[in-house]
Amino acid sequence: MAKHEYSYYPGCSSQNGASSSNLKRSIDTMCEVLDVKLNEIPDWNCCSASIGYGGGSVLPRMTLSARNIALSEQAHPDQDIVATCAACWLATKEASERFAHDENFFKEANTALAEANLKMTNKKPIRHMAEVLIEDIGYEQLQSGVKKSLEGIKIAGYVGCQTNRPFGIDGESFENPMYLDKMVDALGGESIKTYEKKVQCCGGALAFSEPDKSQEMIKGIIEAAYDNGADMIVTPCPLCQANVEIYQDDINAKFNTKFNMPVVYYSQLISVAYGKNASDAALDGQIIKAKKLEDLAAK
Amino acid sequence: MSDMNTAMVEKYRNSFLKEVEANVEEGEWVKMCMQCGVCSGSCPLGPHWAHPPQEIFMMIRAGKREEVLASDSMWMCTSCYNCIVRCPRELPITHIMHGLATYAKKLGLVPKGQATAEFSQIFWNNMMKKGRVNELKLGLSLYFKDGFGQGIKNAMANQKLGMNMMKAKRMSAAEFFGGHGIKDVSGLQKMIKKAEEIEAAKLEANK
Repeated sequence: MAKHEYSYYPGCSSQNGASSSNLKRSIDTMCEVLDVKLNEIPDWNCCSASIGYGGGSVLPRMTLSARNIALSEQAHPDQDIVATCAACWLATKEASERFAHDENFFKEANTALAEANLKMTNKKPIRHMAEVLIEDIGYEQLQSGVKKSLEGIKIAGYVGCQTNRPFGIDGESFENPMYLDKMVDALGGESIKTYEKKVQCCGGALAFSEPDKSQEMIKGIIEAAYDNGADMIVTPCPLCQANVEIYQDDINAKFNTKFNMPVVYYSQLISVAYGKNASDAALDGQIIKAKKLEDLAAK
Repeated sequence: MSDMNTAMVEKYRNSFLKEVEANVEEGEWVKMCMQCGVCSGSCPLGPHWAHPPQEIFMMIRAGKREEVLASDSMWMCTSCYNCIVRCPRELPITHIMHGLATYAKKLGLVPKGQATAEFSQIFWNNMMKKGRVNELKLGLSLYFKDGFGQGIKNAMANQKLGMNMMKAKRMSAAEFFGGHGIKDVSGLQKMIKKAEEIEAAKLEANK
């Protein structure tokens, strides 16, 4: 039996052929090396992320999360819910907190849930994978399993918004969270603690609806990584990863820059540091190749 | 003007603030704003709001109903939660912005062609169809929202991006035919319908 087991909410973008399928693949590899078992919530649905508000108002939106909570209670009654996507985590946790603080709201959500023959008690902790790494595994243990140190690789820790606000990671500051730097350091890499854009918004869903405004912000995130001498950016968030990686061509064309900055997930760093190959670490899922990581994985 | 909007104008003639408190998500917090401006200063979209949050709060209290509800300001929210964590009075500003946007939508007051409002609805419809988001169709719906000709232009302009995503296996043509979804779609849709009914009844009662 695995050392740690969780009820897992992967989210839409982590599915096969979706924009952060490389997150899912590297999470699977990371969990295998860390002896963590993720049990997928059967028939989980979309949480409507943070952009759903224009189509669904508060009760319908939160009922989506209620359904996932109910399904998790049914299938994995004793396991915390763990999400790897910032928006999934935030939506589920926010819904759960509102149900806990407003009895009427909780009852209304359950009335709606009954239409799908479900019922929720809302007793489960809703956690982010980063919390699992920090609180249940810890930096020391993370370090002890390193087979290939990330030595000499300079990595800008880009935490982004929703993994950091409004809930954040216990004990970390909203303005200058350090856990991603500590993770990089535990793996032998060189974190850039002065990376000033670590909590800058990437535009979120507005990268689709307001590309000009968002790309201006993304430009700053990448520029600061270059200014700090980074070899790559690391992030825990699927939308941050996509937004900061995939528009670099557009930004180069628009702003006459020459950006070519890899953006990877912490799970990819851990997979490589623990001796897994490039494919297991899902490095083939990068649009901008993380050459230094690929070289290390091939060693 | 929608009937609901006309009824609300009538009922809350003397106080837009009361209307917001009664009908907008977390609206009861608006009067707690002390006009310090930290929210507006912290907002990443700050330069692009016609009326940043601080101003919106003051406008609500000043009864500027039409200017607030028909503005595109609250649609500038990226949901980054910077304003929430920095607000000295801990107002749930992000939620109030979402709430104002949702309420404006229910009353039919969203400016025509507001890009984020449109994307938000496209996202919701996409997700409701099978219970999970179909990213390929989401992208295509966005490209083609202003007609076929514009859609082709958008698709051509983003061709390289699409190819890059396909090559990295982060976009799949298979999504066009079916794609991911949940098993109990009808249960989910019934559940959402019920939630919408509960909300509509409340709004009706506040009329």
